[in-house]
Amino acid sequence: MLRYSINRVLLMIPTLLGVAVLVFFLLRIVPGDIVEIKLRGDGGTVTQETIELERKRLGLDRPLINQFGTWMVGMATLDFGDSMWTERPVVTEIAGRLELSLQVAIMATLIAILLAIPMGTAAALFRDSWIDYTVRLITIGGLSIPSFWFGMLIMLTLLGLFNWLPPITFTPIYVDPVANLTQLIWPALAVGYRYCAVVARMIRSSLLEVMNEDYIRTARAKGVYEKLVVSRHALRNALLPAITVIGLEFTFLIGGLVVTEQVFNLNGIGQLFVQSVSRNDFTLIQGMVMLIAAFYVFVNLAIDLLYAVFDPRIRYNS
Amino acid sequence: MTVVEADKDVRGRPDAQPGATAPLLQVEDLHTQFHTSRGIVRAVEGVSFSVDRGEVVAIVGESGSGKSVTALSIMRLLPRLTGKIPQGRVTFDGRNLLDLDDEQMREIRGRDISMIFQEPMTSLNPILTIGLQIKEPLQIHLGMSDDEAQARAIELLNLVGITDPERRLDQYPHQFSGGMRQRVMIAIGLACNPKLIIADEPTTALDVTIQAQILELMKNLSRKLNIALIIITHNLGVVARYADRVIVMYAARVAEQGPAEQLFHKPRHPYTMGLLRSVPRLDHPRGSKLETIEGLPPNLANVSTACRFAPRCPFRIPVCEQEPPLYPTDTGSLSRCHRHAEIAEGKITWSSLGGVGLNFAANTEAPVLSVRHLTKHFSVSGGLRGASGTVRAVEDVSFDIYPGETLGLVGESGCGKTTVGRLILRLEEPSAGEIHFEGVNLSTGSAAELKAMRRKVQVIFQDPYSSLNPRMTVGQIIGEPLHVYKIVSGRKQNEERVADLLENVGLRPEMAERYPHQLSGGQRQRVGIARALAMEPSFIVCDEAVSALDVSIQGQIINLLEELQRKFRLAYLFIAHDLAVVRHISARVVVMYFGRVMEIADRDVIYGGSLHPYTKVLLDAAPVPDPTIEKQREPRLIKGELPSHLAPPTGCVFNTRCPLASQECREVIPPLEEKRPGHFAACIKV
Repeated sequence: MLRYSINRVLLMIPTLLGVAVLVFFLLRIVPGDIVEIKLRGDGGTVTQETIELERKRLGLDRPLINQFGTWMVGMATLDFGDSMWTERPVVTEIAGRLELSLQVAIMATLIAILLAIPMGTAAALFRDSWIDYTVRLITIGGLSIPSFWFGMLIMLTLLGLFNWLPPITFTPIYVDPVANLTQLIWPALAVGYRYCAVVARMIRSSLLEVMNEDYIRTARAKGVYEKLVVSRHALRNALLPAITVIGLEFTFLIGGLVVTEQVFNLNGIGQLFVQSVSRNDFTLIQGMVMLIAAFYVFVNLAIDLLYAVFDPRIRYNS
Repeated sequence: MTVVEADKDVRGRPDAQPGATAPLLQVEDLHTQFHTSRGIVRAVEGVSFSVDRGEVVAIVGESGSGKSVTALSIMRLLPRLTGKIPQGRVTFDGRNLLDLDDEQMREIRGRDISMIFQEPMTSLNPILTIGLQIKEPLQIHLGMSDDEAQARAIELLNLVGITDPERRLDQYPHQFSGGMRQRVMIAIGLACNPKLIIADEPTTALDVTIQAQILELMKNLSRKLNIALIIITHNLGVVARYADRVIVMYAARVAEQGPAEQLFHKPRHPYTMGLLRSVPRLDHPRGSKLETIEGLPPNLANVSTACRFAPRCPFRIPVCEQEPPLYPTDTGSLSRCHRHAEIAEGKITWSSLGGVGLNFAANTEAPVLSVRHLTKHFSVSGGLRGASGTVRAVEDVSFDIYPGETLGLVGESGCGKTTVGRLILRLEEPSAGEIHFEGVNLSTGSAAELKAMRRKVQVIFQDPYSSLNPRMTVGQIIGEPLHVYKIVSGRKQNEERVADLLENVGLRPEMAERYPHQLSGGQRQRVGIARALAMEPSFIVCDEAVSALDVSIQGQIINLLEELQRKFRLAYLFIAHDLAVVRHISARVVVMYFGRVMEIADRDVIYGGSLHPYTKVLLDAAPVPDPTIEKQREPRLIKGELPSHLAPPTGCVFNTRCPLASQECREVIPPLEEKRPGHFAACIKV
């Protein structure tokens, strides 16, 4: 398993290299120029000369291949460059936001898993009963209601009932856990609802399938308690496909929550993405794309390794 | 007198079994229904039988006859939402199982009655260790501690013949072969010393040599531990060897039941008679044509009040409009036939189809297909899965097939027979060797020659359920190749040709409008044959073409294949594991084992005077449907399992299981030699 993991990590290099090439050159095709936006954005008049000078200072006048080379060499030494807009290191820019986004993603995942497993299981076991219909209604709602809109409902409810508005600044959990949690539980709930709906439906359908498997019949024929049939024989098998969904949804939450962050006034990765794209902040966009790509690859590796833990048929070494 | 009352009268009769003690299991007037969206399916109706302690009872019937549902009803393992038992009693050890609540029933399952299922591949939980799965009933029912259960599990694995049990308990099902998994299932079944084991097609998914071992094991254990056994099967040979009594089911009802000897030698129901005649048999001379029971079993969602077998029965008379009760017969059996007495007097017999056997004249023509030194190696890459190596799926296989001839290719699973078929069809590229079709070397032939060959070489697959596209009508399925290869021009002609082809395979032209799911298994296989015929082939690969079909349907398809062969002078490569079927249809037979050809000879030579020990073992392992022969037979010769493809034996591939093997066999790879004219064998001992 160790050898397999090392192989997989090494395989990340060509994947990320491909991402780097794509993001770098695609960005250069996009019309618009950070210097123009920066200097002329507010309607100010700046001479062409100033612009050229600024371009030169940022290194944008050099040949593309040259710029690409500098960026790649930097990345090899874990230097992702400075943001072209704020001039602060890309790592610093991202780190502050990532803390928040990661926390929301983890909380949403916990909410989703804790709700989805009992909901999906109950719906499958009591198929076509009122329990199943209720779960199906709830989950179809989760899939069809956009998270940001659900978020707005939460906000309005909180405002109407408790006269509570989200704070403007983010309090890290290690500074004040209560303030942190009261701030982040709501966005986590808003996105967790959809997340939970996806996972619960997955668990329901895969459990329905597993309950029809021959080995479930065997377990019953052995006189195994029905509870044990479900928890030991069925659920463990049924959770396998859910792991994939959970992993993919989790990575989506890092950087995918543009509107929800807006609704809850959160300064997360999603916001940063929008900002940097609208400013054509090349280095920052590149750094964020690389981060998210790396995240995807790592989460996928984690999914595969988890599969091997749950399913003995999958063993990645001899 | 209504039918139900008649049944009760018959049941009231003292059981034919000796001894005054109550039977272990008594099923009375059992009815099981499935409530589906398309109405109520009466899967079991008025079934009554009993099983004594230590007795082996077989329930025989075709798919859909209600035999498995009977077993699941006894175990109360029917699907909760749809399965219902509106009527009946199942008395087990003095208690009516149908009156028990779920918890009481759970206590009986696995403790007093255990069940062994058909598919060892899917019946064990893939993510739990074998040890846990064996220990589970011990801990639940007998309250054993983990150590006690561990000790008992080791004892059980020894009992069912699994070596190195301590280590194997920690392994997962995928690390066991099919036969070994079925042994594990038996160990689970035996765990709590049950009084009754119900085995539902326990060996159907296994190879014939493994089947023999498993059945022998079950029979011995049941004798030794005095466990009653219900074996559910469609294989009459299995029944003949092991059963004390046989229950024949047809369309949800018992058609006939009685002592095995009587039932096989003196059947008193036309269905039993027909069933016994429609099986190709190794112990009878080969007839020219298989006897068949024409037609299909009735749809259980909509049955008439007439005798259920009447539509297929050649001895139907007006009284058959009324369903008969189970009559006691002269042989001590029960038969659901109005004319059982006439059958007993010998007034009714199935007319012999007679005719002369197909004469296989010496082949003077050029072969339609020649295979020379065909070899296929699959490399198992190191990569993600670790173990790397080469699987020698097919090694140095050579044979010829002549026009209008059937060459049988037999062997157990994993012997490479299907790969040979795929290589000939060019679905796989051979690693080495040549295939010549009508004189063209397929590995060097031009694209045009290959295209022509693809038309002339067709295939009929095993599974008629998954090999037809469910979204196409029968007409489209058969008509598609006609269109692709421009065999006919225009829609009208296409339709005519499809109708013509359907007629050739014994289906009505209206069938062209139907979708595959509206057809029965036999009808689908006929569609598969029509599709192959559409290309006007000269050679057809039949890959297990009849093994998924019920006995009576199997006979119909074999007869159809033979008829088409005569009509169109087709050559067949008939790949199968059923030795009796291969014997029936083939002119010559190739026996393969572990990728290599063991023996090639004319059919009668293979079945009458085979040389190779593997062929002998294979023939010995196949049970024949005759209890007198079967019960006198010595225990089977064959031991062990197929070796691993990643660690093949040195020398002769069969040496690990061969009764004649010596040191030399472990060193020399025996060449395929012509031991007698036209008779090739790869063995240094003969």
